[in-house]
Amino acid sequence: MTQFSLTVNGERYQIDVEADTPLLWVLRDELGFVGTKYGCGIAQCGACTVHLDGVAVRSCVIPISALEAQTVVTIEGLADGANLHPLQEQWIKQDVPQCGYCQAGQIMSAASLLAHNKNPSDAEIDQAMAGNYCRCGTYNRIRSAIHGAAEQMNAAFYDATSKSQASV
Amino acid sequence: MKKQIVEASAVVDSIRDAMANAVATRRGFLAAVGLAGGGMVIASLGPKLAFAESDPDLTLVSSEVLNAFIQVAPNGEITIYSANPEMGQGIKTALPMIIAEELGARWEDVTVLQSPVSEEQFGNQRAGGSTTIPRTWDQMRRMGASAREMFISAGALVMELPRAELKTADSKVVHASGRNMTFGQLATLAAKQDVPDADDLTFKDKDEYTIIGTSVSGVDNLVISTGAASFGIDTRVPDMLYAAYHKCPTIGGLVKSANLDAIKKMPGVIDAFVVEGNGDPRELLDGVAIVGKNTHAVFSAKKQLKVEWDTTDASHDSWTGLVDEAKSLHGSRGGEEIINKGDTETEFANSDNTVLAAFYEFPFVAHLCMEPMNCTAHYQKGQGVFDVDRLEIWAPTQGPARVYQIADSMFGLEEDQVIVHQPRLGGSFGRRVYREFLAEAIEISKRVNAPVKLTWTREDDIRHDFFRAGGFQSVKGAVDAGGKLVAFEDHFMGMETDGKAVSGSRFAATQFPLLNVENAYASKTMFDIDIPCGPWRAPGSNTTAFVVQSFLHELAHAGGRDYLDFLVEAMGEPRWFDEGNIRSLNTGRAVAVIKLAAEKAGWGKTLPAGRGLGLAFCFSHAAHVAEVAEVSVDANKKITVHQVTVAVDVGPIINMSGALSQVEGAVVDGLSTMMGQKITFENGAVQQSNFHDYDVLRIEDSPKVVTHFIQSEYSPTGLGEPALPPLAPAVTNAIFAATGQRVRKMPLTDEGYSI
Repeated sequence: MTQFSLTVNGERYQIDVEADTPLLWVLRDELGFVGTKYGCGIAQCGACTVHLDGVAVRSCVIPISALEAQTVVTIEGLADGANLHPLQEQWIKQDVPQCGYCQAGQIMSAASLLAHNKNPSDAEIDQAMAGNYCRCGTYNRIRSAIHGAAEQMNAAFYDATSKSQASV
Repeated sequence: MKKQIVEASAVVDSIRDAMANAVATRRGFLAAVGLAGGGMVIASLGPKLAFAESDPDLTLVSSEVLNAFIQVAPNGEITIYSANPEMGQGIKTALPMIIAEELGARWEDVTVLQSPVSEEQFGNQRAGGSTTIPRTWDQMRRMGASAREMFISAGALVMELPRAELKTADSKVVHASGRNMTFGQLATLAAKQDVPDADDLTFKDKDEYTIIGTSVSGVDNLVISTGAASFGIDTRVPDMLYAAYHKCPTIGGLVKSANLDAIKKMPGVIDAFVVEGNGDPRELLDGVAIVGKNTHAVFSAKKQLKVEWDTTDASHDSWTGLVDEAKSLHGSRGGEEIINKGDTETEFANSDNTVLAAFYEFPFVAHLCMEPMNCTAHYQKGQGVFDVDRLEIWAPTQGPARVYQIADSMFGLEEDQVIVHQPRLGGSFGRRVYREFLAEAIEISKRVNAPVKLTWTREDDIRHDFFRAGGFQSVKGAVDAGGKLVAFEDHFMGMETDGKAVSGSRFAATQFPLLNVENAYASKTMFDIDIPCGPWRAPGSNTTAFVVQSFLHELAHAGGRDYLDFLVEAMGEPRWFDEGNIRSLNTGRAVAVIKLAAEKAGWGKTLPAGRGLGLAFCFSHAAHVAEVAEVSVDANKKITVHQVTVAVDVGPIINMSGALSQVEGAVVDGLSTMMGQKITFENGAVQQSNFHDYDVLRIEDSPKVVTHFIQSEYSPTGLGEPALPPLAPAVTNAIFAATGQRVRKMPLTDEGYSI
């Protein structure tokens, strides 16, 4: 057992685990962030997707010892307090989930995409989301909800910009 | 948790308001389990919490079965229990919608909770076979209508108005004059009213519906989208240990010895031991249990496990052997007759007819639920006569009440010694009708005398599935000089275990077109196997539709006919073969969906070279479904499915959004399966193990799906399965239309196609 420190969703944690423990199991078993899911253990399905310094990664293949000062954000930390992320709002509005198991990973991949691409095309969405399987087949709604969130975020941005200009 | 309504016409603001309300609730939820503060508090989630939230004093009729489903608080909050397992099919939303409709509730006032497991209280709590909607339609309406009448009685007393002049709407009892009282105001009094006789209840006309038929967002979508949903695998209880269970890769192998001492020394491992099974894959097979401090410890130890297996009496099943045997039977009739009507031989011998024969093959496939099998069990040994053994179990299963049966038959526990919690299921598709992973968890918990969460690795999940049985069909048919179907013959080659056909491995005497065509013959040969098989989304139909709809298309083409005309003609005049039996084909409903799908897809339109339309129909699970696929095939046999147009008649739709989801999902699932999924086995061992060798369709290959419902006057039936079977033949018929190449074998990757 080795002691590691880790920042998850803005909080610092000290944990004693084996050095080869994947981030996934640290999150789920040690810290109780069970929103991040186990699906395959070989980075094929995307159910375990979290953000490492804002980038979507597969937590099932990243040993805790490989992490240094990076910060981790899980699905539990995506909302800004009581304000849901636009993706979460769209997931609800467009009734995306069926069984729901893969959706945390889907949303985290999509959030990483939108953080880097404000207005992704279908092809860019497909490329960014290619590593996230959905066995229930909710793909079309996922694509539509990502577009919806992008529009929502851009509208909010322009709204804020025009207001700030108006105040000047 | 609060749910949101999403209607096509709903304004964003109202959704935001509802969401803000829901978020407040969610924050309370997170705080309760210690995550909001970021600590390490371990708490049990889900149904237990839900149960604790309910106050029996608020139950409208706490002592009666009737209305165990509904509670109304004085503040107007309406709690509706959903009693059946939710696995993605949407009944946790749809069933409460039916109750709320008859009650006269406003959906925004409704909170849905998963019910405790008690069939005495809630009736049948299974889910499967697309049966929940048809089975509970009347029951849910009675629950809602009964409570509605009790509210009206209460309202009549307080407002001193005749009952007959009152109705319910928007969570109020309303008089024509406009006078009204809210459900909240009347809740306590309503609970004391006489329970109406079920025979006296009347139901709303569909033109009075305000909830049924609308689009409602799933009641768990908020918790799913924020990571707070509690699946079985997310269960955490105090002092819980973690377990893995390793079974013989060869089905039925017994443990001779294992390197238990070495395993026990591995980091984080607490114990490792051999479990002696009873030989029944549905209950408990031999294996090695590893118990540890966390999942990583037991998964790592499992990789180092060295077991010497005794495979003397284990399975020797071989897929290639089955294929060879089946091919040798092509063209023959099976030993057991299914149907024999008219005279197929005369039609086949008639030189005016065109006669075709073909051999079709479909593989075994796995369920591949995104949530691998798992179970948390806490077996507590009693201390003596007055302190009996107890079991508390978090059971991700399609039949939660059946846990009581295995607790009794395998562990000798009476129902009152067992508490069953019902988590959300991360997919099932028929997989979780089996309960062996529950038995494994109970056994391991009992051995270590502690609460244990057993988690299967993905490799366990694929190798030890109850597979969709593969099989073969040798088919023969004749069309007359006018291109009309005059004879159809099928030799079905399926799988059986211990003399009993496995789930879905059947060709029914009522299978289309046996009843429709004048001359029909069907027979079967069953191969005995040990590989466990079970129901897989639309059992039987998901393979037979491929064979029958493909071969009928072959016959239509041979007869120079358009498939739409040929299929409608083969269906025959409008009739219901077994009047009143929803499991029986109704040719009028069939023709209506076939014509609608064709019309909406632009059947007959001119398409560029290499692009074609394929039509297919399937009647399964009481549903009439037709699909048209528009497919391109390039020179390298890479296919693109541009659009799938679906026409469905399952009667009235309860939740439009949920129904559309089921169709979209079934299309994607069907395409995923037909493209590249195949389980093979040699010498009794399954050869696939994870997503690297068992592929799932990705987002870029997901076709556009356009769905049309015929909301006929029949009672509503389920939609979890029946939109899947027509997909494969619609696509392969489109490939034929585009290229002239006939696909007679699944998956398509085996035939050189890619997507």
